Amino acid sequence: MSPVSTAPDIVIDWTTLSPVIIVLGAAVASTLIEAVGARKARSGVAVQPPYLRVVQAGVALLAVAAAGLMALRLALQSEDSIGLNGDGAVVVDPMTLYLQLAIAACALIGLLVIADRTVQGEDAFAPQAAAVPGSEYEHKARRRGMTQSDVFPLVLFATGGMMLFPAAADLITMFVALELLSLPLYLLAGMARHRRLLSQEASLKYFLLGAFGSAFFLFGAAWVYGATGTLELTGIAAAVATPTGLDRILVVGMVLILVGLFFKVGAAPFHSWTPDVYQGAPTAITGFMAACTKIAAFGALLRVIYSVAPALNWDLEPILWTVAILTMVVGTVVGLVQKDVKRMLAYSAIAHAGFIMTGVAAWSADGLTGSLFYLFTYGVATVGGFGVIALIREVDQEGHMRGEATGLDQWRGLGRRSPVLAGVFAVFLLSFAGIPLTSGFVAKFAVFAAAFGAGGWFLAVVGLACSAAAAFFYARVIVAMFFSSPPEEPSVAVSGVGIGVRTLGLTQLAVAVSLAFTVVVGVVPGWFLNFTRGLAQLLW
Amino acid sequence: MIENLVLSSADAVPAVSTAAQWSWLVVAIPLASAGLLLVLGSVADKWGHLVGVAASAAAFVVGLWTFIDLLSRPVVERAQDVAVFDWISGPLDLDVGLRVDQLSLAFVLLVTFVGTLIHIYSVAYMAHDPDRRRFFAYLNLFVAAMLLLVMADSYVVLFIGWEGVGLASYLLIGFWNQREEYAVAAKKAFIANRVGDVGMLIAMMIMFSELGSLRMDEVLGAAESMSATTATLIGLALLLAACGKSAQFPLQSWLGDAMAGPTPVSALIHAATMVTAGVYLVVRSGPIFEQAPGARLAVLIVGAITLLYGAIVGCAKDDMKKALAASTMSQIGYMMLAAGLGPVGAVFAIMHLLTHGFFKAGLFLGAGSVMHAMADQVDMRRFGALDKVMKVTWLTFMMGWLAILGVPPFAGFFSKDKIIEQAFVAPAGQLWQGWVFGLVALLGAGITAFYMSRLFFLVFYGKARWTDGQHPHESPALMTVPMMILALGSVFLGLVLTMIKFDDYLAPALVEGHHGEPVVNAYVIMGTTLALVVVGAWIAWVKFGSAKANVPVLPPAADGLVRAARADLYQDTVNNALLVRPGQALVRVATQTDDQVVDGAVRGLAWLLQGVGALVARVQNGYARSYAATMLAGVILLVAIVLAGRM
Repeated sequence: MSPVSTAPDIVIDWTTLSPVIIVLGAAVASTLIEAVGARKARSGVAVQPPYLRVVQAGVALLAVAAAGLMALRLALQSEDSIGLNGDGAVVVDPMTLYLQLAIAACALIGLLVIADRTVQGEDAFAPQAAAVPGSEYEHKARRRGMTQSDVFPLVLFATGGMMLFPAAADLITMFVALELLSLPLYLLAGMARHRRLLSQEASLKYFLLGAFGSAFFLFGAAWVYGATGTLELTGIAAAVATPTGLDRILVVGMVLILVGLFFKVGAAPFHSWTPDVYQGAPTAITGFMAACTKIAAFGALLRVIYSVAPALNWDLEPILWTVAILTMVVGTVVGLVQKDVKRMLAYSAIAHAGFIMTGVAAWSADGLTGSLFYLFTYGVATVGGFGVIALIREVDQEGHMRGEATGLDQWRGLGRRSPVLAGVFAVFLLSFAGIPLTSGFVAKFAVFAAAFGAGGWFLAVVGLACSAAAAFFYARVIVAMFFSSPPEEPSVAVSGVGIGVRTLGLTQLAVAVSLAFTVVVGVVPGWFLNFTRGLAQLLW
Repeated sequence: MIENLVLSSADAVPAVSTAAQWSWLVVAIPLASAGLLLVLGSVADKWGHLVGVAASAAAFVVGLWTFIDLLSRPVVERAQDVAVFDWISGPLDLDVGLRVDQLSLAFVLLVTFVGTLIHIYSVAYMAHDPDRRRFFAYLNLFVAAMLLLVMADSYVVLFIGWEGVGLASYLLIGFWNQREEYAVAAKKAFIANRVGDVGMLIAMMIMFSELGSLRMDEVLGAAESMSATTATLIGLALLLAACGKSAQFPLQSWLGDAMAGPTPVSALIHAATMVTAGVYLVVRSGPIFEQAPGARLAVLIVGAITLLYGAIVGCAKDDMKKALAASTMSQIGYMMLAAGLGPVGAVFAIMHLLTHGFFKAGLFLGAGSVMHAMADQVDMRRFGALDKVMKVTWLTFMMGWLAILGVPPFAGFFSKDKIIEQAFVAPAGQLWQGWVFGLVALLGAGITAFYMSRLFFLVFYGKARWTDGQHPHESPALMTVPMMILALGSVFLGLVLTMIKFDDYLAPALVEGHHGEPVVNAYVIMGTTLALVVVGAWIAWVKFGSAKANVPVLPPAADGLVRAARADLYQDTVNNALLVRPGQALVRVATQTDDQVVDGAVRGLAWLLQGVGALVARVQNGYARSYAATMLAGVILLVAIVLAGRM
């Protein structure tokens, strides 16, 4: 039990840890490249050689791809290897590997959007994130056409933390992973090139509330430690099974831990940061974090809940039910009145967290399968959806490209001006709405059927009602795109021949990949559902 | 018993005939055509409509081949399940398969035959529309989805078709989407259908959790051993789904607005086929309703209310298409009522569905022809005396009118009067049911005669009340020939179906039912019905048709009932009060925090422009704090819940 005395015997299976190690190693290497690569210019503004960004993007893409492939390889051979590592700090089991694969896949697609830039050389990030918005320093940096490549190490660190999060087998590792994934995201949220103030506000809010959420997690961990004398999940599970009279302290501690995780998944009433941050953050980052953070945080939530489930089922079930219902209702109802596409998708993300939670609350192999499947498919569709948003930009009167055009009014008539882009976005929306022949339908079916199967009728009916109501706000966007006439003076540029946004094409590639996955898994879901179920059943 | 044994042995050796094996082409051909027309884009503008017509006709040919093959098989081997491909395997086992049996093929023939006629009609009707190719793509998509719906061998495949017809209907209602009110109508249909979809999904979830399967043969086969509660829950959920799709009370409000779409769409989707999908669902799920008397009674009540509701609304509408829409609602109410009567009624529900498919499509195409002649005018008070100028339209419309009235020997007589007769059959010990539903059906027939005659006379008789400068003319042959064929159906289909003993043909596809005797002699019922029809038509003639009748061009002031009927019996008002307003209140409460944030962001921005110092101060003192407060409240709530559980 005591880590110190057994320290010499710690067994580390480097192979099973390799996905995390590859990403974090690349993050460190990328930081060093960043440090060596930058040059000081005379005016005091640091400039980079142009190839640096290419190198950094390449490192990040390669590392995440390698980590994903490694996770896939391990998952395919993980018949029986449920391995604890580092004396119980990290557990690499089929669920971990599945989630790491999902995170790597979404991060890879997200990185394509992040790495993209217009043919004029502008990317989505501020030339000098540290500059005061509107200051002379910022203007100078902008005039020089500066770009920064430190988003790539930041994204890598966040991805590493996300991959570690669901693998954590004790509360300390889990907390470290939580902070490792959060801190880079706080920074990234504040680095938008356009609408700097909104972005910085988002960053600050995210940081403050994130700190608040983390504090709950840490506080809860302390209570649990007080009640059980251990921080390892297996130890806690064992202690839970044998009542000691400190049960209430234990239960309250568990609730506080869950609150920290609910915050990260964006479940109500801990969701309030989501719309502001999704709206303010650079769209490329929003897609990345909406998908990957949700997967990672749900992974940790599943890990905690299923570890202590047998004994605390009775206590935690009402909590899960309350949060799931609140989350679905708040996400759906408030989503109905949004007029900004990014905010609407933020509320949609909240509602989806609720839908996933109905699968979690089913406490069954089917429920776990459904939740995992949902996370993967929703993540991919989300990155794709935000990828499309990143391609729809405002233009000012002189014809300069500005930030993303996210007002629903600005999207009117988009279907006529760019049918392909609007059509693709419509497919993602239909998937979010759970219409058959998209991955979203299969995912919803899987979680709700699991909830019904486990006797969670009420939860499933609320979920179905909410998903029907939510379909309305997705339909509103489709109506705006295809059924309304475009505004008199279009203030929006869209990608396409002859009009507006010309990029390197990486975003389009990312969108195409997400679209293909969403449709293929929707039309022939069998192989993917079986792959998910195969891994989920190993745990049950 | 012996039949069952034979059936199960036939199941054990799946001998699927060649025709059935190729039956997937029925769905695939129009689907491929729709895809082709959409992908090719304006390249196909010149000939796209021809591809659309050909695809629909080809589907009809394949359907007919399968049907002939089915008739050549012994009765017990007629129902075949054709596996197409494995969609999802494992515990959540979803295969895509088609069910080829008497019921599904009756629908296939209706949809493809009427569908093809309407495709042909649309070639001329949409001739001047720049987007005609897209229109045919959607129409083909609709046909494919509708055929998938009726041929599905599992509820999940049915649901795909169900959503598909919804999507196609949505696209077609909003086809002329340049006009704002059309887009609104499309949205309304979408919402009503989503409410119905929830019912469908709930039914599927219950089936899956109770039986572990969504295949029709397994679900319906296990229906007998289902508990009454389960069967009732599934039945009610299916009824909700049926109400959404078939515009039945209380989800009927969208159908009138859906008339905003092009008239061929109203004929095909909102009269002949899609709106009857709910009836199909109830009939197909018959074994479940057999097990759930409560759910069956609910079907009866919904049918009875809707048939009266539609008839009353139909009396007051001056918009020709909306009057026909109300009539559709009412006629589907009849079908729903019949479906709720059990297997014997269900046969007549399907029979009426087929005859209605012909005569109502014919009436709508006639309405389209009139609109074509009158520059898209729909106000019947502006018509009159069109019998001289549009002879073909007038005569074909008359056939449809006589059919819907149920005048012998026209089609409606054989189907609708049978439903009225069956409605008088009371289940054992429930004598009141026979009287109540019988009298409602009888009364409905009288009102139907009045409003349909009113419509017919207003359009074709009386004085010409046309707006100045109109020169009505007969439509081209591409439009009138389909109308004539449908008129033939309106005349003879009922007789033909009765002569070929349609009820014996269909019965094996349904659960076994026993014939009961109506509470009154059948001939008395028939006589009373005809008398009421004559009275209804006569009143309409006196008020709207005869030379003496003086029809004002503007609707006169009217008493409360007429005003209520003109306003769809205040359905939208009720919806507003019951659904929209509480919903809005909920939204207001829920968004209060959010509004603060939005406003806060705007106000915050103004402040923040003064510098980062102000930014930090503003955000820290302002809204992040209220977020944190929400979180804290959440923590307290959760801790309270968990401690309460421990008490």
